[in-house]
Amino acid sequence: MKLQISHETVYRYEQPIRNLVQSLRLTPSVFEGQKTHDWQIQVSGGVRGPGFRDGAGDWIEGWTVRGPVAEVTVRIEGRVDTRDLAGVLRGHREAIHPMSYLRDTAPTEPDAALQDLSRTAGTGARDPLDLAHRLSAAVSEAIAFRPGATEARTTAAEALALGEGVCQDHSHALISVARIAGLPARYVSGYLHSTRDGEAHDAAHAWAELHVEGLGWVGFDPANRCCPDERYVRLGSGLDAPDAAPIRGVAMGSSAERLDVAVHVQELTQ
Amino acid sequence: MSYNEMFEGEAVREPYARLRDWVQTMPDDFRQMKQAEAEALFRRIGITFAVYGEGGDPDRLIPFDMMPRVFEQAEWRRLERGIKQRARALNAFLRDVYGRGEIIRAGRIPARLVYQNDAYEKSVVGFVPPRGVYSHIIGIDLVRTAKDEFYVLEDNCRTPSGVSYMLENREIMMRMFPQLFRGSRIEPVDQYPELLRRTLESVAPAKCRERPTCVILTPGHYNSAYYEHSFLANLMGVELVEGQDLFVDGEFVYMRTTTGPRRVDVIYRRIDDLFLDPLCFRPDSMLGIPGLMDVYRSGGVSICSAPGAGVADDKAIYTFVPEMVRFYLGEEPILNNVQTWTLWKEDDRRYVLEHLPELVVKEVHGSGGYGMLVGPKSTSAEIEAFRAKIIADPCNYIAQPTLALSTCPTFVDEGIAPRHVDLRPFCLCGDRIELVPGGLTRVALREGSLVVNSSQGGGVKDTWVLSE
Repeated sequence: MKLQISHETVYRYEQPIRNLVQSLRLTPSVFEGQKTHDWQIQVSGGVRGPGFRDGAGDWIEGWTVRGPVAEVTVRIEGRVDTRDLAGVLRGHREAIHPMSYLRDTAPTEPDAALQDLSRTAGTGARDPLDLAHRLSAAVSEAIAFRPGATEARTTAAEALALGEGVCQDHSHALISVARIAGLPARYVSGYLHSTRDGEAHDAAHAWAELHVEGLGWVGFDPANRCCPDERYVRLGSGLDAPDAAPIRGVAMGSSAERLDVAVHVQELTQ
Repeated sequence: MSYNEMFEGEAVREPYARLRDWVQTMPDDFRQMKQAEAEALFRRIGITFAVYGEGGDPDRLIPFDMMPRVFEQAEWRRLERGIKQRARALNAFLRDVYGRGEIIRAGRIPARLVYQNDAYEKSVVGFVPPRGVYSHIIGIDLVRTAKDEFYVLEDNCRTPSGVSYMLENREIMMRMFPQLFRGSRIEPVDQYPELLRRTLESVAPAKCRERPTCVILTPGHYNSAYYEHSFLANLMGVELVEGQDLFVDGEFVYMRTTTGPRRVDVIYRRIDDLFLDPLCFRPDSMLGIPGLMDVYRSGGVSICSAPGAGVADDKAIYTFVPEMVRFYLGEEPILNNVQTWTLWKEDDRRYVLEHLPELVVKEVHGSGGYGMLVGPKSTSAEIEAFRAKIIADPCNYIAQPTLALSTCPTFVDEGIAPRHVDLRPFCLCGDRIELVPGGLTRVALREGSLVVNSSQGGGVKDTWVLSE
C-alpha cells in the first residue's frame, strides 16, 4: 500500500515561552514491511539538533526553538510504501536485548485481575505464538473500544477494571499480561490508515509488540483485533506509552498550553 | 582476632613506631588543643557533609582522628594493581552489556540480572561513549583481614563521594603537624584534582575541537555532598553548575555565563541518572537539562559517569566481578570478593536462613548501611523480623560472612588503641587509569565496633602511602 501521511501538531501558549526543547520519534521504522520516501520534519522557528538511531532502532531527532514564541507547529509529511508481514517485524535492526522489555512500568504494573486474565487466557497455549494470540484476543474481549472512557494517565489495571478504553489502554493491558506470561512486550506508536471515513482518532495509533522466540517481535493490535498489516506505519517503541511517545518536549517559562493535532493517512492510488 | 596493621608479627612496624613515639612524647593538653584545632579547621572550611549518602544531619562534623593509617610501598603496589584491574574489568563489562553482551551469551552472568536490572539503561544501548569508558571515577570499598588479605566490599561506579575528605585530611595533617611530614617519605595526594580534570578532558567527545570545557553538575546546596562538589570545582578550576545553568541548543549543550553562552564538552555529574534529562527519564524532574540525553547519544557532550553505569555496581552483579576479570582481561583477580550468598538460589537461601546470627544480610539495592542485618549484633527478635522479609522477597537480598576488619592505632581517651577501619580509594579512568596513592580511611571509633559509617560513630583518618 502506498500511504501519504501528514501529521501536524500545533502548540499554542497563553504566554509566550522562552525556549522549547523537543525529542522527536517521528520517522518511520526501517524494516521489510515499510519503505519511506521524502520524509520531512519541520518545527516552526526551530533549530534541528542531534539526529541518531537509538538501540531500539528508532530514529530520534532533537529540536530546539528559541523564544519568545507563542505558537509552535510540528509538521510531518511523507510517503510510506507498506507490505503486510502478518505483524512480524522482519529485518528491523536493533540492539536492545528483548529481556529488557520484561520490566514493568507504572502504566503496565500488573494487579490481581491482570494476572488472572493472563493465566486464564494463556491456559492451553500450544506455543509462544499461540499464547501471544490468545492474550491479545483476551484483551480485546475484556476491554471494549470506547473513546473518552479513559484518559492519558489511565493504567492497564484501571482500564481492565473499567472494561473500556482506547488503543493506548488495550496496548498497556496486552503488554502487562504478556510480561506476566514471560513474553517480552512493548508499546508501539505509529499511524493507521482507516478505511472508514472521517475517523481522525484512528490515524494516530498505538499497538503492542510481543517477542516470540524464533519469530522475533510480532505486532498485535487488540483495539482492532488483528495484527498490523499494510495499513499500519510503525514509528517507534518503548516500555509504555510515555516511553514510546513520538513527541516529547519541555518548554521553559511554560504557561497553559493548547494542543491541536491533525493526522491524515491517505492511500495513493498511483 | 582481627589483624592489627600496627604490628609485623610481635614488632611494631617502623612507620607506626615513629608515630607511637610521636604520640608518647605529645603532652595531653597539646593533643587536646590540636584535636580542637582540627575540628575548628573542618568547620571553617565547611566540610561537614555525610559520606556515601548516609543521610542524617548535613551539618554534622565527622570526627577526624589525627593518627594516620600507613601503607608501605609494597602493600600499596599490590592494592593498586588490584584496584586498577577491577576498574578495567568493570568498564569492560559496561561496554559489553551495552553492546553485544558477550559475557551473557557465554553463560557467565545470568541475562536477567543485567537486562531486568533497574539500573540497566536501555536508552543508551548501542552508544559507545568516548574511549569506551562508562565509569570514570570508581570508588572501591576495601577491608583488610590479614597482612595480604584484602576484600572488596562494594564497587561504586556512579558518583562515589568522599574524595574531599581524602584531600582535606591530608591538608589538615600537614598544616597541624608539619614536623611529621618533614623528612618523611609520604606520597602526595594533592595531584588528584589535576588528574581528575585530565581524566575528564581525555573523554571529551569527538566533536570537541579545542581544549574541552568541563563542568561539575550538582543538584544544589541542599545536597549533602555539595561541599565536595564546590571543593572539587574550585581545585580543578572548572565551573560548578546546576541544571538551570545549562541548556541544549541545536547539537550541543551550553552554559550560561555573564559573557554569553559557552559550549560544554564534559559534564562530571553528581546527580542520579533519573534527574539528568526530563525528556528521557523523569518528566517531573526540575534538576535536569531537557534534551541532554539526545546530545549525549549523538556524541555532542560527555557525561561522567555515563548514564547506565550503575548496572556494574549493583550488589547482585558484584558477585560476578571476579568472573569479569577472568572473562575480559584473562587474568586472575588480585583482590578478593567477599563470599556472597545470593538468596534467590535455593541452596544459598537455605544456608543463610540457618545461619542468620553469624551473617550480614544486605538489600541488593540498599546503601549507606540501611536495610541491613548484622547478625552478630542483632537481637533474636530483629533476626526473626529480617527472616520474614527475606522469605517474602528473597531476590532482594544477599548475605555475607561477618568479616574481621583490620584495626589501626587510633586516638582514644587513654592514648592510642586499635580500632577497625575500611578504605575507599578513588580510581580514575580516562585515556589512562590513574590511582592517587591513598584514599579515604574510615574508622569505627567505638571499641569493638565494626561499623565505620559516620552515622553510627565512624570517623575518618589521613591515609599514608610511603614511597620506597
